[in-house]
Amino acid sequence: MKFLRNYIDKIKPNFEEGGKLHAFRSLFDGFETFLFVPNDTAKNGVNIHDAIDSKRIMSLVVIALVPSLLLGMYNIGLQNAIAAGTLAETSWFSMFLYGLMLTLPKIVVAYAVGLGIEFTVAQWKNEEIHEGFLVSGILIPMIVPVGCPLWVLALATAFAVIFAKEVFGGTGMNIVNVALIARAFIFFAYPSVISGDSVWVATEAICGLGSNVDGYTCATALQYVANGAAPVGAAGELLTSCDMIFGFMPGSIGETSVVAIALGAALLLYTGVASWKTMLSVFVGGIAMLYVFRDKMPEAMPLWHNLLLGGFCFGAVFMATDPVTSARTETGKYIYGFGIGAMTIIIRVLNPGYPEGMMLAILLMNVVAPFIDYCVVQSNVNARAKRVTKKN
Amino acid sequence: MHRVVKISKGLNINLKGAPAKEFTSVETPKLYALMPADFTRVTPKVVVKPEDAVKAGDALFVDKSNPELQFVSPVSGKVVAVNRGERRRVLSVVVESDGKFESVEYKAQDVLSLSADEIKANLLKAGLFGFIRQRPYDVIADPKDAPRAIYVSAFDSKPLAVNFEVALKGNEEDFQAGLDALSRIAPVHLGICACQQAAALTVAKNVTTTIFKGPHPAGNVGVQINKTAPVNKGEIVWTIGAEEVIFIGRFFNKGKVDFTRTIALAGSEVKNPSYSKVVLGAQLSNIVAGRLENKYPNRIIDGNVLTGKKTTADGFLGAFSTEVTVIPEIMNDADMLGWAAPRFGMYSTSRSYFSWLSPKRKYTIDARIKGGERHMIMSNEYDKVFPMDIYPEYLLKAIITGNIDKMEQLGIYEVAPEDFALCEFVDSSKLELQRIVREGLDKLRAEMC
Repeated sequence: MKFLRNYIDKIKPNFEEGGKLHAFRSLFDGFETFLFVPNDTAKNGVNIHDAIDSKRIMSLVVIALVPSLLLGMYNIGLQNAIAAGTLAETSWFSMFLYGLMLTLPKIVVAYAVGLGIEFTVAQWKNEEIHEGFLVSGILIPMIVPVGCPLWVLALATAFAVIFAKEVFGGTGMNIVNVALIARAFIFFAYPSVISGDSVWVATEAICGLGSNVDGYTCATALQYVANGAAPVGAAGELLTSCDMIFGFMPGSIGETSVVAIALGAALLLYTGVASWKTMLSVFVGGIAMLYVFRDKMPEAMPLWHNLLLGGFCFGAVFMATDPVTSARTETGKYIYGFGIGAMTIIIRVLNPGYPEGMMLAILLMNVVAPFIDYCVVQSNVNARAKRVTKKN
Repeated sequence: MHRVVKISKGLNINLKGAPAKEFTSVETPKLYALMPADFTRVTPKVVVKPEDAVKAGDALFVDKSNPELQFVSPVSGKVVAVNRGERRRVLSVVVESDGKFESVEYKAQDVLSLSADEIKANLLKAGLFGFIRQRPYDVIADPKDAPRAIYVSAFDSKPLAVNFEVALKGNEEDFQAGLDALSRIAPVHLGICACQQAAALTVAKNVTTTIFKGPHPAGNVGVQINKTAPVNKGEIVWTIGAEEVIFIGRFFNKGKVDFTRTIALAGSEVKNPSYSKVVLGAQLSNIVAGRLENKYPNRIIDGNVLTGKKTTADGFLGAFSTEVTVIPEIMNDADMLGWAAPRFGMYSTSRSYFSWLSPKRKYTIDARIKGGERHMIMSNEYDKVFPMDIYPEYLLKAIITGNIDKMEQLGIYEVAPEDFALCEFVDSSKLELQRIVREGLDKLRAEMC
């Protein structure tokens, strides 16, 4: 690998102040630090550092998302085959490929737009590129329906990166979850591509994969539930617990499979990147609120299915635990998580306009999180103040 | 029995190169220096010129705002240089030893018969007062203050630190005399570690002894204060290192100043890490000569890996340093895809590495930062290694934003930069936390004093 290091060292001067390619400094810098751990050594303060850095943390989250993504791709093909009635003659691999063909462009667009903005801002502010968007960029395609057009995705990504993140100062300074802002942007600006009954199942053949299905409609399970009906899948059959756990039902690309999400959760919890306190409290909050509203729930479905449907698990594992927008004190995390779980169910039950409540609940709690932390920290402040008055 | 305080938050970093409990003799260094930067807050006024003859105990510089606070030559000989940096700031006053180690003569005194003011006057005269620091602000104490208490931590829990029991051996009487002297000024609290058995520590007189159990930073005096009686706004607490207590005792017992201290030469790049007896301020060249591995470019640290300063073999032992640590500067200058590689040999507190599987293994850690500086992203990183009853992240943010009210409310009076050293080590955002805290303390002091 020495030759690569030497090559990079050789071309480096071009990107430095006064070099021909200085306008691409942030891009070069991003790639250099991506390839090689920077050789900067401590100048003051501690002389040794832990080997962990934010690149590794962010890539861990991306790895944790991979099972959900792969299963989501397969599910796209599967739903298409069910809708077209060609399930028997379609192999699992071609279903997966079909899903891949539909998902990959979304991922590429999200990364291209988001990273493009990030590189530009880094160059403009003369900063190092921050890796936060590595996670947002993969999350955004995973929380939209397969039928979401690329231009809407591009617009939403740009909006989210600029107005939810860069204006606040970049990764680590944002108040609300960037990926969810992208989704909320679509939700309110282009509701037709993220709700209703025509976007959740892919209905067009692509490169010889999948089948064309004309005039097909299928809503998400939660929409059926919100209308008081029993949740049904793409072929109109009742969804079983098994479908819900493995994720073989219409929904946003990455959110359907509880099993895949659980794999990701296991990695995040094992490495300590996500807080178990937040994750657990989301479920506790959800369960508590389900118990409160147990009489208002449709009888067609067992109560606990509510936790399997929609983005509940995905939000609890990957979105609520975002360390930047979550509560940052340990006590606060319990309250914050509980609030998300409870609020999700409240929205689902009490607001017929929004069958899914996870996105709004997390965004709401993102905004409340600093206040929760304030209260927790204030108790420490008060204890300290009391100590002084007690003395005098 | 003594009160026992258990500390659960913290981290012992298992580094290679802990000093063995044996002494290695070093050729007596020729040059000695006193560096004003070690004595935080003091604006030095140099009172000697090059070629002046001095004895151990003769002032080299004094505090401009309080000239009776003087900082004295550790050895006898002649002044060879007053080194200045930018804007004529004094960097060091260098003395060439004549090899005789003669001290200014004072008379031996029974400390318990002296009053607080007499003790202070004696310490000022002998140049020993400058070794007393104070909380708040972690600066050199002001002799005019009446502290609430004086805290002495008799153990250093930092990585590869000196075992104070080794330094104490043969100095027990001086240590007790030092404690006695301090106890005339204010109640003295001695913090010892559960592993320490020396009678001079466990049954030390005229002090309140507390036993601390747990990982680093249990030995940090700031943590010990916080766990016993936290510093409130308006209060002043003095702190002093255990080896400096010996200097004080020696002065009263023998009637002369003798700055001989026990230091450790430690670290992964040292052959046979061990202890040596050296006079404070000694040039490092003789101490490290022939004792270093040359596998990698070395980093010689005046002090320990967490709070020490990078120096060179021509540098000098800092006034408060009890060890010299040598680690590699860069072990691998083409560390490819570090964010994705398993990196089995690397130490990390994160479970995304594998070092947690072998808690007993000793590591060589180089001086690379191993990442770029970011805003604070992860939460609960600092809290895990910060045992005080303070929210470190919020205090740091208050400092970064310059919010003085918030700093006060969140407990800045209780902390020193060294208390944040572990946070800085584990920080995945690679922020310079000790520098941030130092700047916060300085800013606050400028506002308040």
